[in-house]
Amino acid sequence: MSMKVSTRQVDGITILDLSGRITLGEGSVQLRDSVRDLLAKGSKYILLNLADVNYIDSSGIGELVSAYTTVRNQGGELKLLNLTKKVHDLLQITKLYTVFDVKDDEASAIASYTRA
Amino acid sequence: MPHREEEHLTGQQASRITYTLESSLDSVNKVEQTAEQMAKKAGIDEDEIFKITMAVREAAVNAVLHGNSYDPDKRITASFENTGESLVIRIADQGKGLDPATLPDPLAPENLLRGSGRGIFLIRSFMDEVHFKQLHPGTEMTLIKHLGTAQTGS
Repeated sequence: MSMKVSTRQVDGITILDLSGRITLGEGSVQLRDSVRDLLAKGSKYILLNLADVNYIDSSGIGELVSAYTTVRNQGGELKLLNLTKKVHDLLQITKLYTVFDVKDDEASAIASYTRA
Repeated sequence: MPHREEEHLTGQQASRITYTLESSLDSVNKVEQTAEQMAKKAGIDEDEIFKITMAVREAAVNAVLHGNSYDPDKRITASFENTGESLVIRIADQGKGLDPATLPDPLAPENLLRGSGRGIFLIRSFMDEVHFKQLHPGTEMTLIKHLGTAQTGS
């Protein structure tokens, strides 16, 4: 029921492939720790692939927002890739869809970063 | 172990299940799963099941986290009832009380980037009716989904 995270690098961008649930407790904490670890290692260009995230609650939404602002405050960029319909709809009704840079194609997402 | 009461009301098809649970994430999951089973049994379509399940989960999180603050001495009570016309879910905590009028609007531009504060907004978005009742101590939230529009088939 919890979330799995795997990390890969493509052209200087760190892609986190997330799967499962981002909810209060495990999923939210894993996301927070993963992003914090990347920033600590100097990886500031992050793409969260949410294709296999089938559920997210208000805590998970809050964690996405916190990850976004934390990365931005450190001069980096965090974008979202491949939202499922449920996650897309949740970001729409919470008015966050336009806050995040949301992509549906990995190659163009990678190309869209303005690397320092 | 959760305490469970099951009440089958005679003379009608309504039935109510009530759980008294510890203030833990396991309890949140239990409440969420019960809501999902109840909605499925009522023949509700998949999108509406998701909304009901999520709203009930948010209410349970609210009770466990914001109401009872994970206090091991405090309990939450969750009751699930299908009246035949509506699904009625009541979640109560033993916390210091919640005044919904004081909650900041999560859609306001100054609140959009906050890391929390969206739970009750989502509950209101996903249910047909949401009511708050002050207990002494605590808060009871009643979530109602009208059947008919939410059901598939007949």
